[in-house]
Amino acid sequence: MTRDDWPYWLREHRGTLLALAAFLLMFTIYATNHPAGLNANVANTAANKGVLLAIVAMAQTLVVLTSGIDLSVGMVMVLCNCLASTIVIGSPWQVALGVVGVLATGTLCGTVNALIVIYGRLQPIVATIATGAAFYGAALALRRVPGGDFDSTIGDALTGKIGGWLPASLVFLLALVLLIWLPFVRSLTGRSVYAVGSAEVAAFMSGVPVRRAKFAAYALSGLLASIAGIFITCITSSGEASAANGNTYTLYSIAAVVLGGVSLFGGSGSAIGAIFGALMFRTIGDLLFVFDLDPLWQPLFQGVVLASAVSLGAWRLVRVRNRLDLYG
Amino acid sequence: MSLFVMQGITKRYGGVHALQGADLVIEAGRIHAVLGENGAGKSTLIKVMSGVVAPDEGSMLLDGKPVSFATPAAANAAGIVCIFQELSLIPDLSVADNIAISNPPRHFGLIDRGAQRRMAEQALERAGATDIHPLALVKDLSLSRRQMVEIAKALARQPRILILDEATSALTAADVTKIYAVLKRLRSDGLALIYISHRMHEISELADECTVFCNGRSVASYAAGTKTDQDVVELMIGREYSHEFPPKSLATPAADAVPRLELRQLSWDGRLDSISLKLHAGEVIGLGGLDGQGQRELLLALFGVLRGTTGELRVDGQLMQIGGPSQAKRADVGMALIPEDRKTEGLMLPMSVGENISFAALSQFSHWGVIDRRAEREAIDRIFKMLAVRSDGVTPPAGSLSGGNQQKLVIGKWLLNAPRIILLNDPTRGIDVGTKQEIYQLLRRLADDGAAILFYSTDYDELIGCCDRVLVMYDGAITRELVGAEITEHALVSSALNIDATVPHRTLAHPS
Repeated sequence: MTRDDWPYWLREHRGTLLALAAFLLMFTIYATNHPAGLNANVANTAANKGVLLAIVAMAQTLVVLTSGIDLSVGMVMVLCNCLASTIVIGSPWQVALGVVGVLATGTLCGTVNALIVIYGRLQPIVATIATGAAFYGAALALRRVPGGDFDSTIGDALTGKIGGWLPASLVFLLALVLLIWLPFVRSLTGRSVYAVGSAEVAAFMSGVPVRRAKFAAYALSGLLASIAGIFITCITSSGEASAANGNTYTLYSIAAVVLGGVSLFGGSGSAIGAIFGALMFRTIGDLLFVFDLDPLWQPLFQGVVLASAVSLGAWRLVRVRNRLDLYG
Repeated sequence: MSLFVMQGITKRYGGVHALQGADLVIEAGRIHAVLGENGAGKSTLIKVMSGVVAPDEGSMLLDGKPVSFATPAAANAAGIVCIFQELSLIPDLSVADNIAISNPPRHFGLIDRGAQRRMAEQALERAGATDIHPLALVKDLSLSRRQMVEIAKALARQPRILILDEATSALTAADVTKIYAVLKRLRSDGLALIYISHRMHEISELADECTVFCNGRSVASYAAGTKTDQDVVELMIGREYSHEFPPKSLATPAADAVPRLELRQLSWDGRLDSISLKLHAGEVIGLGGLDGQGQRELLLALFGVLRGTTGELRVDGQLMQIGGPSQAKRADVGMALIPEDRKTEGLMLPMSVGENISFAALSQFSHWGVIDRRAEREAIDRIFKMLAVRSDGVTPPAGSLSGGNQQKLVIGKWLLNAPRIILLNDPTRGIDVGTKQEIYQLLRRLADDGAAILFYSTDYDELIGCCDRVLVMYDGAITRELVGAEITEHALVSSALNIDATVPHRTLAHPS
């Protein structure tokens, strides 16, 4: 990259960089004001919670980039949590097979969403709220009461500390970015997802494979949601068909995506931004604890943050010169 | 052997012939201009050539071999690339991403950004647009820069035949000069260029051959420079006159009468340029010109839909600020707009015929927010009978009616407000002849009852038959006013092309 290129690079990654800066600022406030100081255990617990939301936010990002929205993402996570607490146990072979089974289930859930949106031509918001309810029903059938068991080797490996201080979950998250996100954005399909979300008609007229792009986005979103399902099982070592959990993670993932600079109109932003958005959103919640505010205020506070972030995303409408464009 | 030949191409939409046995012969290393007025078949011809629509009859030969294109991608693969007007760029992606969009260079399945960048730089250079940075986002570029990217994108596909459809309309004068040089160089590289433009001076500057279209037929092909502009206009006119029009009003408004609507120096966003006009009660004024010269924007601006307009608007001599349709329909303005797209902007298709008729006038029948159903019903019945809408009563959904009857509903819903200024945006497009006649009569009756009517139509026949005056638009400005007997097809076509019909030699001056 030459010197002239920097302004353009900064422009393209503005949302992601702003999310990173905001996260660092909040985390510094959090760390310097924490009553126990930032020791390895505090950091590890914060990292585990942050990474879980970050993975769900990555899943949400893929769909939002196509200018859709996935309201089933939390329920896919819950379903995979219940499944993982049932089949990821036993001999190493059984565990491996179990993990593959969970990932395949998540991908299948994403595929169902994709087929309904692409061929059923339903709005993503309606399609995924319906499938989300069905996924929750499947989770409940699988696990009527909380319980189950999970392979502790995987659990400890993903949620523990490396060398006594580095949270393993952060390394896991980095691996997901390197192995899934980066190859995806640099593939033709990844480029197509951006094109479809930015201007679907123009993408079609340019010969971009519109359906394949949407299909890949939803299926990969399902896969990432199932990874989140495995990760939450690592933390809790059990499964629970909790509707509250599913809905909360869906809502928080949207907040993370918006805070991370991903446009809800599609076509702009990155999963890396959404990761920082997720970490930031978690830190905002923890700040209330650090400053000793009543935890009952937390939902209200997070709701206000979410609503403000979404409003910022609609800023571009102020510049519309032809009012008919507002209704396009 | 000719590079590309189209023979006897016919395309029908419904019962209407968009193309009727059209022929075109394209040679390598030549620039071929295609001319014709609105609806002559130019755009359908391009769509057939570039694989967007399939012809009903006729054959196409590339290098002497028969070809057919199922998709735009198939036409691209055969070397035929069309430059659309800023339709195909993706705003959130960079210039380089856009140029390489359909087939970016890849390395182990991943996009090779270095190679993509070199490809983009080469294409930009070939298009003479080296000032555009390949990493800039398209949404940050001006309209003219985007058009240059569009041209670079087409060149990156290594076309043998390049179609430019009004490709210079958004460009600045400096860019136009550059593009001329680029096009001439491409010609000497052996490309075939098909150039569609309404700017006669561009055609005389660039073209080697010309083909004129009229009524979906290719009526003449000739070497450039062998016909005068007047000859070309004669070839472009000659449409069949099939409609009967109600007699025009004979009374002309008094010279000192206060106009119902007066506009002074209206401008908007570089697309409307200092428009002034006066519209009197009882008058039907037409807006003419080739499609897309700002006529729609003018009507939208009057109706308060566009933000950031400058200039003065007076109704009955009173200065007005109209901030949107709800203000435009207020009693002291009394404006109504019959929109272009009745399905999305005119009607609520799933709702009943009656609800659609009363919707824009509900405040008349409501007291404290409660609708007086009986008064509403009486008003609906009155309009329904007056327009002779062919429908099984007022309860079926508006979507179940034919196009012509839907259009009557759109007009009817405004009649309840007794509008004093009626704006019409190409109201007869795609509707049957019988209903068209009824609409012409209705317009004249409304004018005779004292309404002032501004009527945009892409059909010159209608402008001639219905209008007392016609204002011809070109590049967002009113360039000519035709009154009474001056409104002829010859005058409309030549002024739409911005040729001075009264002077044998055309003027090249053009404010670009």
